[in-house]
Order: sequence, then structure tokens, then C-alpha cells
Amino acid sequence: MDFALSEEHRLVQQTARDFATREILPVASRLDAEHRFPAEIVRGLAELGLMGVMVPEEYGGAGMDNVAYVLAMEEVARACASTAAILSVNNSLVCDPILRYGTEPQKRRYLPVLASGREIGCYCLTEPQAGSDAASLQTTGRLDGDSWVLNGTKVFVTNAREAWVFIVYARTEPEPGARGISAFIVERDHPGISVGKVERKMGLLASSTCEVLLQDCRVPRDNLLGAPGEGFKVALSTLDGGRIGIAAQAVGIARAALEESVAYARERRQFGRPIAEFQAIQWKIADMATRIDAARLLTLRAAWLRDQGKRCTAEASMAKLFASETAMFAAHQGVQIFGGYGYIKDYPVERYFRDAKITEIYEGTSEIQRLVIARNLLA
Amino acid sequence: MDVVVCVKQVPDTEQPIRVRPDGGGVEEQGLNWILNYYDEHAVEEALRVREKHGGTVTVVCVGPARATEALRTALAMGADEAVHVQDPALDGADHLGVARVLAETIRQLRYDLVLCGRLATDDNASVVGPALAEYLGLPQATAISRLDISDGVAAVEREVEGGVEVLQVPLPAVFTVERTINEPRYPTLPGIMKAKRKEIRTLGLRDLGLEPGQVGAEAARVRYSRFDPPPRREAGRVVTPDSPEEGARLIAQFLQETAKVL
Repeated sequence: MDFALSEEHRLVQQTARDFATREILPVASRLDAEHRFPAEIVRGLAELGLMGVMVPEEYGGAGMDNVAYVLAMEEVARACASTAAILSVNNSLVCDPILRYGTEPQKRRYLPVLASGREIGCYCLTEPQAGSDAASLQTTGRLDGDSWVLNGTKVFVTNAREAWVFIVYARTEPEPGARGISAFIVERDHPGISVGKVERKMGLLASSTCEVLLQDCRVPRDNLLGAPGEGFKVALSTLDGGRIGIAAQAVGIARAALEESVAYARERRQFGRPIAEFQAIQWKIADMATRIDAARLLTLRAAWLRDQGKRCTAEASMAKLFASETAMFAAHQGVQIFGGYGYIKDYPVERYFRDAKITEIYEGTSEIQRLVIARNLLA
Repeated sequence: MDVVVCVKQVPDTEQPIRVRPDGGGVEEQGLNWILNYYDEHAVEEALRVREKHGGTVTVVCVGPARATEALRTALAMGADEAVHVQDPALDGADHLGVARVLAETIRQLRYDLVLCGRLATDDNASVVGPALAEYLGLPQATAISRLDISDGVAAVEREVEGGVEVLQVPLPAVFTVERTINEPRYPTLPGIMKAKRKEIRTLGLRDLGLEPGQVGAEAARVRYSRFDPPPRREAGRVVTPDSPEEGARLIAQFLQETAKVL
């Protein structure tokens, strides 16, 4: 048993921390206020190799592992959760399934572009009537000559406004439920795909969340990702990795709340002394720190399991569940420690509070994570 | 143009630094160790020289085993080779001892130029670079903010009181760099993977023909007697004047009577 990071993992952590502290942290609040996509930061992240962390070098990626990925995610999220969301979708939800299920020509066409950050990707699974029950999706795909024709509406698609590649799930067989779903790689320039409404959200304001419309969208036959009817399997295995990334994002948000709280508690004086000297504040800080540490360890364990090629569905769900609830807890305590100043936009804990909530919802709600964990024990 | 860069691993000053209860040094437990910021700029400048003039960049470090990571960071930024001098006999060596070890190490390498950071952020001594130049018998310039090389001569700039000093220095020479000289690149993930595969050459004093008595604790002319933490910062005093004039008067009074700076 060894809890020490390897030298290269520490270097990844340090380089991500330096970049996040110097390039992202100073502008995060403004990006949030202006709802602005951080294009320049994404370019910088791509130059570091963070847009394709696990993509092998032969496809233009960094050729590193899930542990490196979660270490970097935590650092980026600690500075800006929106940027971390953009990073997470590109790495976990787009590059990863192409790498795992793509054909050689698909890998050669898409991975170098995505890993270099020249273009980014997005993931279209959720529909208005199919959220947690993703297997009930209604988007259809039928083969017509050399093309697939896709029809349907996807919602809550992160990055869609900026994306070139769309991973789209559609029903290609008449069977209901999980069987009969296939995955596709759709490009922005394919006819019939368009980005609809850009949602107005509570948090993650610097990243876009959009509706994606497929109206007789024609995609080359070869753009099927994985075998026909295998789509739900692609979706689930992709989400295992995605949830580990979201767990790391949540740890990053929680850590930001803790760091700000510690600094503020030392400075803020009431009743003639720094509020850090009051036990009421100390206990909050101690609880935040303890849960964050536990969340980070769960996240690293899940990442390590995935790197070993081991099944990690329950562990990824545990990490995601615990880390997201920790983010919410830490942001909540952070606002409380800041008091009135925590409720206004001059201090960042207000943003952490809004950003933390989504981690309990996307890529599987906390309820779904509990379902996955329980099934693993009871089934 | 072959460039040698001397680097040091220092505690990350973004984190709290605690003095050991016995006053014998700083508490190393739990510290995050990083490549000295000034040395990062030196590595960056060396890489730029290589990009412009070709050649190699070799990083050299004298330090304990953990300092390998500082060399690895420099390799991940793009340095070609790394040499790590570590020897238990160097515990307690002072700046002159380290400079002498660096000089003997650099003598074994091919070099046209030696770069160092202006200072290390742990002890702020600014001694090793100038001492190294003396041991190597080379010309030097300290705290340079610009470096241009042509025909074996370096034109360097130093920011001095009220202006900029421009010097022409024949190479080989030793320069220590100011942080304004450049903006260092971040080590990239592919760079980290490449650095992982590079070998770091480790040398001991014997490999350099040096005796512990010449450079180790015995030879040290500087000994630390005690470390004290800086005094705790007192809370500021807030005054609520009724008018700007009243505020100015209170501040002036504070500067005269309490702070005694006027």
C-alpha cells in the first residue's frame, strides 16, 4: 500500500496547479459574470495536453492515465468549475468512447483534432423525456443507402455551442429499452444537425448547455460508433470514466471553498478576534477538510481501478456520489463562514455554491449513483 | 550553443512555512517542493537560446534525493539532459561549497554558457551564481533581464537604479537571470512523459574529485545559528473619520506617533 503519487503524477498536478492558478483563477469570476466561453484558456489547456489526457501519443494525445486526468481536473475545477466541465466532456465523454469503441479511421480522423483542442466535442444522450431513464430515449436512426438518418431532440448538452464533434445516441432497432440503441459520431457540418436553445443556468455559466436538434440529419454509414445496438453499453462504460472526472471536479470545487474559507476565517475579525478562533468555525473547517480528503481518495481509487483495466462501476459511482455531496456541503459551509459576504458576488464562494449543485445532478444524479451502488451489492 | 542551467529545489512559498520547534531549520514534513521560480526562468532562457542557436540544454542540481523532481520538471519543460549531484557529505554545505561542486560538475560538461536564477526563494542568498563564475574563472553578469547572443558574444541588460545597463560579455560566461527576462513555459503532459523516459545522471563527490573536507559541512564558512518565525501580523486599526481632513490628520498622527516613520 502506497499513498504517494508517482513523480510524473506530481508533475502533472504541479503543472495543472500552476496553469490554473496563474491563467484561470484571475479570470474565473469574470468568465462567470459574463457567461463567456474561455476559448483562450481551452487553447492553453490543449497546449499542455489536457484536452486529450488519456489519448495515446500516436493520436496526438498526452498518453497518460486516469490518475493524471483526475489530478488535473481537481486543479482546474478549483480555479473554475465551468472550465473543468468543458475539459471533462472533451476527455471523458468524447475522446474516451472514440478511443475505446472507434474504428482505426475514426480514431485517426477525430482524436488528433480533439486532443489538440483545435476543436472540442460534446455528448448527446439526454432527451426531454429521457434523463435518468436514458434507455427510454426516442431519437431514431435508420440506414438509408450509405447514410444514417437521425431524428430527435437532445437536451442539456455541455459544449454544444462550440463543438465540432457530437456523440449522439439514437434508437436504431425497434426494441424498446437499452437494446436497440446505437452511438454515432456526428460532425457540426453534417446536414440536419443544429444547436437550439442555449440554456440559462444557475451555475457553470462560462460553459454552454444547449439543446441539439437532429432533423433528417445525414451521417456517413461509417460514423456508427461501436456495433449497431451496442450504444447503451458504450454510454454506460463512457459514464464510468465520466463520473470519475466529475468526482474530481467536485473535489476541486470543494477544495476551493475550503481554501477560501480558511483564508477568510483567519482575516475576518468579530468579537475582537479572528473568527478562526471560534470552535463553531473550526468544526466546519475540520468537517470540510475531512470529507474532501475522503472524496479525493475515493476518486483516485476509482481512477486507479480504471487504469488497471478493472471494473469500477460501483467505485466510480461512490466517488461521484460522495464527492458531489461534499462539494455541495463545502460550498454551503463556505457561504455560511463568509456570512453576508458569502451571499454576494464580490467573493467566490457564491459561485462555488452555484457551481457545486450540478455535480449532484449531471452524469447521473445522486439517486442514480445510489441505485448503481446498491444494485452492485444486491443484484 | 550548449547551455548549462543550475537549478535548486525549494519549498513552495504559496504554502505556509513553519520553523521547527528546535529552531534548527524549517519543518520539511508536508512541504511541497518545487523548482525555484528564478531557475524556471533560467531554464526557459536556455531553451530559447537552443531554439535560436541550436545546441543542448543540460540542467544541473546539487541537492538531496528529492531534488530529482526539480530536474524532472526542467526536463519536462524541454531540457535535454540532467545531472544530479547528491552525496551525504554535502549535508551542511554552504553556498560556496555548492558553487564549487557545481563548478567541478560543469567542468565535465560541454558548455558555452551557464545560467542560474538570480536567487533561490528559500534563503534569498544570491551567492551561488557569482561564486560559480569565480570558481570557473569566467566573466559574469547578475540579474540580467535580457540576453542576446551573436558571434560568441552576449549582449545582456541589467535593470539598475534609474536605467538599464547594457553589457557585452564574451562567452563562455555565467549569468544569473531576473524574473523579468521571460515568461517560462509550462511543462506539458507529453513533455512530462518524455522526461520520464530520460535518464538523470547521478554523481557523488568522488566522481568530481572532491573531498568532503573541501565542500561539505567542515568547509562551510556560514553556519545557521537559529531560525525564528516572523512575528505574527497584528490586526490593522480602523478609524472612521467624519471628514477627509479628519482622516488625513489621523493617518498623519499614526505615522508620526505610532509608526514613527514621519
